[in-house]
Amino acid sequence: MTSNYSKFEAVCCILEENNFDKSKLIPILQSVQEEYRYLPAEIMSFISSSLDMSPAIVYGVATFYSHFTLNPKGENIIKVCNGTACHVKKSAAIIDAMRKKLGLKENENTTKDMLFTIETVACLGACGLAPVVVINENVHGQMTAEKIVKLIDETMGAK
Amino acid sequence: MMIELEKIIEDFLSSRENIKKRVIVCAGTGCVANGSLKVFNTLIDVSKELGIDAHIELKKENSGSFFSKSGCQGFCQNGPLINILPAGILYTKVKPEDAKEILEKTVKDDELIERLCYHSGNTICKGQEEIPFYQKQHRIVLKQCGIIDPENIREYIANGGYLAARKACMQMTDKEICDVVLESGLRGRGGAGFLTGRKWDITRKQEGTKKYMICNGDEGDPGAFMDRSVMEGNPHSVIEGLIIAAKATGADEGYIYIRTEYSLAVERMNRAVKDATDIGILGDNVFGSNHNFKLHVMEGAGAFVCGEETALIASVEGKRAMPSPKPPFPAQSGLWGKPTTINNVETLATVPLIINYGALKFRKIGTENSTGTKTFALTGNVANTGLIEVPMGTTLRHIIFDIAGGVTDDEGKINEDNFKAVQIGGPSGGCLTKEHFDLSLEFESLKKIGAMIGSGGLVVMSKHNCMVNVSKFFMQFTQNESCGKCVLCREGNKQMLLMLTDITNGKANEKTLALLEQLAKAVMAGSLCGLGKTAPNPVLSTLKYFRDEYNAHVKEKRCPAGECVNLLSYTITDKCVGCGVCALKCPVKAITGQKGKKHTIDTPECIKCGVCMTSCKFSAVERG
Repeated sequence: MTSNYSKFEAVCCILEENNFDKSKLIPILQSVQEEYRYLPAEIMSFISSSLDMSPAIVYGVATFYSHFTLNPKGENIIKVCNGTACHVKKSAAIIDAMRKKLGLKENENTTKDMLFTIETVACLGACGLAPVVVINENVHGQMTAEKIVKLIDETMGAK
Repeated sequence: MMIELEKIIEDFLSSRENIKKRVIVCAGTGCVANGSLKVFNTLIDVSKELGIDAHIELKKENSGSFFSKSGCQGFCQNGPLINILPAGILYTKVKPEDAKEILEKTVKDDELIERLCYHSGNTICKGQEEIPFYQKQHRIVLKQCGIIDPENIREYIANGGYLAARKACMQMTDKEICDVVLESGLRGRGGAGFLTGRKWDITRKQEGTKKYMICNGDEGDPGAFMDRSVMEGNPHSVIEGLIIAAKATGADEGYIYIRTEYSLAVERMNRAVKDATDIGILGDNVFGSNHNFKLHVMEGAGAFVCGEETALIASVEGKRAMPSPKPPFPAQSGLWGKPTTINNVETLATVPLIINYGALKFRKIGTENSTGTKTFALTGNVANTGLIEVPMGTTLRHIIFDIAGGVTDDEGKINEDNFKAVQIGGPSGGCLTKEHFDLSLEFESLKKIGAMIGSGGLVVMSKHNCMVNVSKFFMQFTQNESCGKCVLCREGNKQMLLMLTDITNGKANEKTLALLEQLAKAVMAGSLCGLGKTAPNPVLSTLKYFRDEYNAHVKEKRCPAGECVNLLSYTITDKCVGCGVCALKCPVKAITGQKGKKHTIDTPECIKCGVCMTSCKFSAVERG
């Protein structure tokens, strides 16, 4: 019981910080995602009843924006840029190499051991360094399929 | 609140009067990714070891050298960059190991380290003034990005910052500001190119006391990073533009909406808003006038469609970012039903310049109908990628050859023959080819040929980029980003993507091309917002200029650029000596032949991995 109770404590704080303001739904969901690493269904229901909104609206907003995720993410997040400049400089090969290295099947983005999640993003705005990969907020430029495999090994080793 | 900018300027100048040298390390995203922060820290540590009088804070009692970080200096490919003033030395590709040498030679003894300078051909360039990349630009909006410390409001003020905002608040009426901006000919830098002064004037004329100002920093266009660089490198110029715009339109509250992926921009902008509020530039009675202006920073959540004004407003209100029909325009009924003006980051950063220069002087830059400068994010196959600023009306030739240093091949060597096209304006833009080298880049001229400046991404494509694949790439992006409101945009883009996929897989025929063209025009006509209306641009533009390439895909099932894997075939020519290396390397055993005799590839078995081609020492494997 206790563990369940504390689960909602963080979301209560977040709601309070935002004055239970309906118009702040996006910042609220962002803080929730930062805290829980994803948007758990029960937390979203909790938000909707706290803000007196239909759960459909909260769910609608959560699924509209690409930044929000309804599935738990892995410990390490790897963002691969697939913006125009990166695409032109063959970012697809990096994505393939990474998926193979991590043993991810099609439509799978998180490894079974919950160590890695890969995301492709439209543009990270570091086009001058294309192709770009961001591993846990660290930007790595001029990436190659070979380098990414090494970086994943290093990240695994560091843990 | 009354604030004396002159007093701040005086204090700032006196705080640095004993400083002899200034070392500026670029802390833009590109340089940080290449390790510039490590370089900065090493410089500080080593200077202590060497007993060099170095400071990271400006204080009157501090003398010697001052080390600071800056926003993006634009020359991203050559990062990390270090600028040493007053000598004006620019060091490129600096590593932490170079710190000691820089401190001992340049900082202590004014000696130039040629190894770290940029080399243009055989010439060693000492600093920005000698590097063609900078020389050939006209930097006014980006002038201070890369010099001033973006986290120090006092330095911005000491360089003439907020004087324009004070002038607007204290000496000008709202109508006068709108008139000056209209007269300057400034047009929105976000894509559509609407006259900024006119936009402001429409909001100004609306009745009611509550109005909003929004800065659109949701730069979602893949391949563009101008707004990001301005927000990171000179955030106060955006705030100053917002204050002027708010005074002109009568808004007392504003939002800066920034893409969540731009975490550094969010951080810097938050800091800048806080500093400006603390100092009394934002808040009640701005500069002691009767004008109030409160500013919030909001982080987006990842939706390209937010580039559309009405969608952005919905997002600020906490809803799904779906565009709504215009009229009513945001100027009439925008955020929470109140008159609202939305401007792009670069547009706002240009506004203080207009107030300072005056409309006439500003008009002298650029062309008759497209005044001022435009920043472009230059990427792809050119020698120098990065962020540039040129007057409107500059030709593509000038940008590619004079500033970017020419087209490169896949190994990075200059090779003009490798040029195929320039993609301008991202997923809403189009392609420019060799025939457009001398076209003046401005709003009207680009519109005429089916492209647009968009937000300003310029991607140079090489012979090895398949144009069908490029348009498929953009279609993938737009169909993903379509909000789903209009049927033609939601379904049409999806169908176009399927057709393009068929073409690149060799499953299409000429009818597909006709249908594709027809559907593209329908999506253009039947969509509500800019996203849908411009989504077919890349398709139509590539169909227009690279029809041959499409035809090769559908008629001959061949990809001339060699990029569409499913259309590739490998063959072994008579150059084969029968050494058998390829047969050994082939992972699917698709190559057979007798030792010493020509080998053959079993095409149905081949997975087109290309290993045979790279392993053949006799160049006997050809890709078609």
